[in-house]
Amino acid sequence: MTPLAGFLLVAALLFSIGLAGALTRRNAILVLIGIELMLNAANLNLIAFWRYGPHPEALTGMMFAIFSIAVAAAEAAVGLGLVIHLHRHAHTTDLDAMNRMRG
Amino acid sequence: MSFAFYLIAGVTLAGGLAAVLLKNTVHCALALTVAFAGQALLFLELDAQFAGFAQILVYIGAVAILVVFAILLTKGSETPKGSVYSRHSLMGLVIAAGVFAVLGWAVLKSVPAVPRGTGETPAVTVLQIGNALMSRYVLPLEIVALLLTAALIGAVIIAMHEKEGAK
Repeated sequence: MTPLAGFLLVAALLFSIGLAGALTRRNAILVLIGIELMLNAANLNLIAFWRYGPHPEALTGMMFAIFSIAVAAAEAAVGLGLVIHLHRHAHTTDLDAMNRMRG
Repeated sequence: MSFAFYLIAGVTLAGGLAAVLLKNTVHCALALTVAFAGQALLFLELDAQFAGFAQILVYIGAVAILVVFAILLTKGSETPKGSVYSRHSLMGLVIAAGVFAVLGWAVLKSVPAVPRGTGETPAVTVLQIGNALMSRYVLPLEIVALLLTAALIGAVIIAMHEKEGAK
């Protein structure tokens, strides 16, 4: 197994763990945690391809990962703000209990 | 593949697994921090020092703290009595396993065809990254700055207490 394949497999495993968490948990915060893990796995792929690709000095993969980290931070802030608002509105963060579109 | 890689990958995956499997939400947030730290170590293992330290600053320093704040503000710190998994959890597991099967198959099948670099450690300094951010990538940098400002103001407005009768 080449080093690139090792890193890509770890990233695929991390992505699947995050996807399983996002799809199976009830608590809205834990769904967000799963989404964060998936974003992290994507960043790991970008950095791995940058490191083992033909032109690491062009810095493309590195820049993509840095911007992706920044966007993930914005996403986490908005997502957790939404969860807090939801809790204030419905007094629960249980997603199975959120089964209507009207407030 | 070095021993360090297997160790760090094991810690990262164990942290990720614990973050989605544990019952208590605060324990999940702590396990998530372990997964983030392991990921930062993987970045360092890949000679991406800047991304590794940015990961530590942004994820461990900001996102994990935000998650803990959200858990405490939504009173989610007690261990729930009933099941922590949703009604459709079996379907979710099947989908995740299917996605991993496809991704793993694609990685093992296609990595030999990826154009190969020299494999030497790329000599990238923070100076080069700063120069690139200020020259070639200055427009995305400004857009990300705008996005972060807008997202933080939006998050504050969404989470702000509405006064009674002010709607």
